[in-house]
Amino acid sequence: MGKVALFIPCYVDQLYPRVGLATARVLRRLGLEVEFPEEQTCCGQPMYNAGCAADARPLAERFLRVFGGYEAVVAPSGSCVSMVRLHYRELLGESPALRALAARTHELCEYLVDVAGVRTVDGEFRHRVGLHPSCHGLRELRLGRASERMDPPRNKVRELLAPLRGIELVEPSRPDECCGFGGTFAVNEEAVSCLMGQDRIADHEKAGAEVIAGYDMSCLMHLDGLIRREGKPIRVMHVAEILEGARLAQ
Amino acid sequence: MNTFHPDRAAAFAADRSHAHWHDTALWFVREKRDRGAASVPEWERLRDAAAGIKAQALSNLAAYLEEFERNATANGIRVHWARDGEEHNRIVHEILAARGVRLVVKSKSMLTEECGLNPYLEARGLEVVDTDLGERIVQLAKEPPSHIVMPAIHRRKESIGELFHEKLGTPAGASDPKLLTEAARQDLRRKFLGAQAGLTGVNFALADTGGIVVVTNEGNADMGTSLPPVHVASMGVEKVIPRAADLGVFLRLLARSATGQPVSTYTSHFHGPMRGGELHVVVVDNGRSEILAREPFRKSLACIRCGACLNTCPVYRRSGGYSYSYLIPGPIGAVLGALRDPERHASLPFASSLCGSCTDVCPVQVDLHHQLLALRADVAARGILPWGKRMGMRLAGLVLRHPSLYRLAGGLARRALRGAPGLVRIGPAATWARQRQLPGAPSESFREIWRRGGA
Repeated sequence: MGKVALFIPCYVDQLYPRVGLATARVLRRLGLEVEFPEEQTCCGQPMYNAGCAADARPLAERFLRVFGGYEAVVAPSGSCVSMVRLHYRELLGESPALRALAARTHELCEYLVDVAGVRTVDGEFRHRVGLHPSCHGLRELRLGRASERMDPPRNKVRELLAPLRGIELVEPSRPDECCGFGGTFAVNEEAVSCLMGQDRIADHEKAGAEVIAGYDMSCLMHLDGLIRREGKPIRVMHVAEILEGARLAQ
Repeated sequence: MNTFHPDRAAAFAADRSHAHWHDTALWFVREKRDRGAASVPEWERLRDAAAGIKAQALSNLAAYLEEFERNATANGIRVHWARDGEEHNRIVHEILAARGVRLVVKSKSMLTEECGLNPYLEARGLEVVDTDLGERIVQLAKEPPSHIVMPAIHRRKESIGELFHEKLGTPAGASDPKLLTEAARQDLRRKFLGAQAGLTGVNFALADTGGIVVVTNEGNADMGTSLPPVHVASMGVEKVIPRAADLGVFLRLLARSATGQPVSTYTSHFHGPMRGGELHVVVVDNGRSEILAREPFRKSLACIRCGACLNTCPVYRRSGGYSYSYLIPGPIGAVLGALRDPERHASLPFASSLCGSCTDVCPVQVDLHHQLLALRADVAARGILPWGKRMGMRLAGLVLRHPSLYRLAGGLARRALRGAPGLVRIGPAATWARQRQLPGAPSESFREIWRRGGA
């Protein structure tokens, strides 16, 4: 039985514990032993993306210390994983330890498909679902093919959700337009951020989605905030929450 | 003038219907680009090739420029070197003044915008007429271009109708694009016939043949260089490519990326002056060497000005060209502007959600969103990050270094969110809450649930 360390991003820890719990359940149902290293805090992305590398560096060092010994690190977030995988080397410099950590740190869907080799998903989700492929998972981790690219299409999130009984995946007219969260951008550029989010929600509504599903709660938090302000019937869910009742197998 | 992107963007976005129209119009171009790109099975390999050729050119720039100069000179082209915009303008003016030129027709060139050539020549008594339809519209309106390929994209046809009524005497209230275009054509025709010189930009300079290539859709560069005897072409040093044989790679990418067309309507090769005429090429540095010397940013010099990163940018589409304090808007403009004048354009690297669509759409694989990220660090290193953000990040960094402090702060924040969200009146949470609900806060964090065995 393999062992994985849960990397629960700070805002998931504080605001969306249910997503962390769902992630742990999904991994356990695969027969994995799941650990949560309690010394973890934040990957440092907010500081790094604000240009404050000096404030992010100690957090990257801490992350490497806390997670360095595990054979696999799994997070319910594409954005935080892309921080570790792509940007830690800019903060810490290349090293064998960092290379190993970067290679072993995975977003949940990526881990399920690429590492655990999940091919069978046995479960049910009787809803019309629109996917929100958050940008860092899409264009940094390549969880799917971005609409700009012309190489063969592939979408790991869709592969996991499509087999669910009763699920109807609907297609917004712009498959992967950014929702406008963007970390500090959401506040920094509040006007454009909200306009982007409203447009994104409207596109999903037009496609007939009841649920907007994604792998980054940060984007979904922004969309959810707009949805609730306007009292719309649509809702957001993390992929882990949709998969937590399903039986996954290779 | 307020150069702060968020303020200008908010002003643009406040007119919801216009912002939506602008977004939709540009998304339409992005979709055309997608169809154009999809028609080429080897699209991604073409991008690889283009990026490779540009990397080769930029790594050996001096040698290729000198090769270009030698071969161009042998072709009878006169090559001039300008260190900056001022020197460029002076050279162009001297050429024109020495030949008694009073009226020049000009096709689109972002470089001459960068150098401020039009006002320079006008101040010296020359009449300069922009002949690209979009450029002509913004020239008549005394506005800068708001897009590098579609300079007047911020104006709807009704507003162009009003402008043409005033400037060109079209009937009041007329907004039929065909009628308006015809009016511009008739007006421009007189200018073409009367001009003593034509100015153009340069899309590609070919080192091995010593020729230049100018791409337009309207044929205005060809009109402007075929009728008057003097042709002055301005190019940045980064426009040189090693071989004429490389051109096909770029032309296939350029038109599809810009508008979705398989090929631009006019691709004109100039390998010497017309009989009895003169062809001058002014090669301009104006800060490019400095960018070339800065490793993470040198790739930005590979840009072929197709505008695809503008069309795909969800921020540009909803904030408009004028929200950017630099003359080139969108992701590439934010990069180039912040490189040119970091203080003035300090907000531009942050005018992006870092979605990365620009990077994936770029035909020459400029890693635009990573450059924007690197420029944020540059802004911070210069100490020009807003004080509140700097302190906020420092504080957060300190708290997050200590799990116990993090737990304490997280618990307090959640209690505040649960207890009295209405009390949030200032700071980032208040800005968040202007149009969005704050997230509901659970009574227990994940780690608290985990610790008591609840997971």
